[in-house]
Parts: sequence; C-alpha cells; structure tokens
Amino acid sequence: MKVGVVTFPGSLDDVDARRAVTIGGNEAVALWHGDDDLRGVDAVVLPGGFSYGDYLRCGAISRFSPVMASVVEAAGKGMPVLGICNGFQILCESHLLPGALIRNDHRKFVCRDQRLRIERTDTAWTSAYAPGAEVTIVLKNGEGGFVADESTLDRLEGEGRVVARYLDDNPNGSLRDIAGISNERGNVVGLMPHPEHAVEDLTGPGTDGLGFFTSLVEKAFA
Amino acid sequence: MARVVVDVMPKPEILDPQGKAVLGALPRLGFSGVSDVRQGKRFELEVEGEITDEVLAEIDKMAESLLSNPVIEDYEVHVEEHSVAEIAQGRTS
Repeated sequence: MKVGVVTFPGSLDDVDARRAVTIGGNEAVALWHGDDDLRGVDAVVLPGGFSYGDYLRCGAISRFSPVMASVVEAAGKGMPVLGICNGFQILCESHLLPGALIRNDHRKFVCRDQRLRIERTDTAWTSAYAPGAEVTIVLKNGEGGFVADESTLDRLEGEGRVVARYLDDNPNGSLRDIAGISNERGNVVGLMPHPEHAVEDLTGPGTDGLGFFTSLVEKAFA
Repeated sequence: MARVVVDVMPKPEILDPQGKAVLGALPRLGFSGVSDVRQGKRFELEVEGEITDEVLAEIDKMAESLLSNPVIEDYEVHVEEHSVAEIAQGRTS
C-alpha cells in the first residue's frame, strides 16, 4: 500500500514516519501541507512535531492547510488516517476525533519510554496487535493531556474507541489514562506516543511500535 | 476603523496548568491575596467600516472556528474603543 506522510512547516517526525512505513512493508509517499493532492495514497500519517510553531493552539492552523481538506474528505470515505502526537492534535482540531489535547498537568515536557495497553485491535492501524497487548513505545510531548467532557469519555469507552491506554504512571494528565482513540469507523486513529520511534532494535526501546505500520498490510490481505 | 475584542478562556472544568504556574509564582514573589489565576488569550481585531450585526456575527464565526476551540475554551466578543497598548500608553504618559 501507498502511505502518505504529510510534512507541515514545523513537522519533526515526518522522515522517521516515512522510514517506519517502509519498514512496515508499505511504500512511503511524501505529502506537502500546501498541496491538496494526496498523490493516490491508500492511507495517510500525520506526523509529530510543532506544525506552524504550535501558534494559537497545537494543530489549530494546520487544520486549515490545503492538504487537510483532502485528508478530511478521504477520511470521511474510509481512508485510514493515523495522527501521531501533533498529528493527533491536528485530528482533534479538525473534528475527525473528539476531545482536545492540553498542556501536561505537571507543566513539563516529558520524554520517556512509555508502557501502553493496546485496547482496540480492529482498527486499520492496530490489527497487528493481540487484544490487550502491552507494549513500550516512545512518548514525548508538552501538550499531551487528553481531555473531553464526561459524556464524550463515556461514549468513547462504551463504543470501545479507546485504542491505547497508559500503563503505570499517567505521563501527562490525560483523562482516564487515554493515550489514543479512534473514530466510530476505526479508520481514523490518534495516538500521543510515537510508534515510529520504536520500529528498530538499534534505536529506541524496541520494535513494539512496528504493529502500527504493519497492520495496514495485514488488514489489506485479511 | 473599529476594534472588536475576542477574549478566549479555558472552560472552568478544564485544567489550566499555565494559570496554576502563575498562581504558584505570585506568593514566591511576595504577592499575596490572589486565590486563583486562569490564563487565556485576548484578540484585538481591527475591523474595516462600521460594526454591524452582520460583522459581529462574522466575528463570532471566526471566534468559534479558529480563535477558540469550543471543546476546551469559552469566548466572548465585544466592541472596544481602546487597545491594551493604547490604554497602557495613556497610563504611562
């Protein structure tokens, strides 16, 4: 499959995400924020970083970039979209996912290997994981606190849309330890930790993140 | 030209870590008597022409779609004669 990775001004992890896509067995295609052409890709990754300098709110300006109009339209038709960290923030600002990400409750940037439980495994991005799989992948954020009102949180839990949950310490004050969620359909997933930094033994805490990039292939041939 | 101000504040139920940081700093600097601080944003919009209901409705849309995130923030739109900079100049001159 062809997986597009969008580069916004201020994206940091677009190159790592493209590398992870390739290691996951897919073809990585570079997409540009100012171009609404998705170049025929089958899926899109919105990478981490500080798009538009996090001006106004994280993801608030990126939401109105030309490429996002196409991503929102394609997501509505079922195209798999994965937003990592800043990408998650952009998905929330775009209303593709509910809730918002606010500054960490302890006010410090956090960078560490984080244990997670993968709770939803029927999405386009997590089907490679066994239900309830406990994994360790990199977490690095300053504004990673997931918040939503109680009814939205209840709905996410009730519909099984919590994709990943923090284990051990909650690193950023996210309500109900939520690390990642999906839309109803399961094609759009937002995740605060960085699976693209955990795909090779040489660097990072291991290869636990690889499943996010191999799931597409498994799904396609399932 | 007229000026319209949009004030954006975190919703009361949303944690405001920045406000908390300021609140924590005040007593360390010797300021007392402040029991809570909430930090928000103020936008001063210079608007061409008269401020009509249509203009205000348009600014309301701006506030809702871009200037604030209604999931975590409330906003308020009001017409104001002076900017903060002008008021500050008046205070110092």
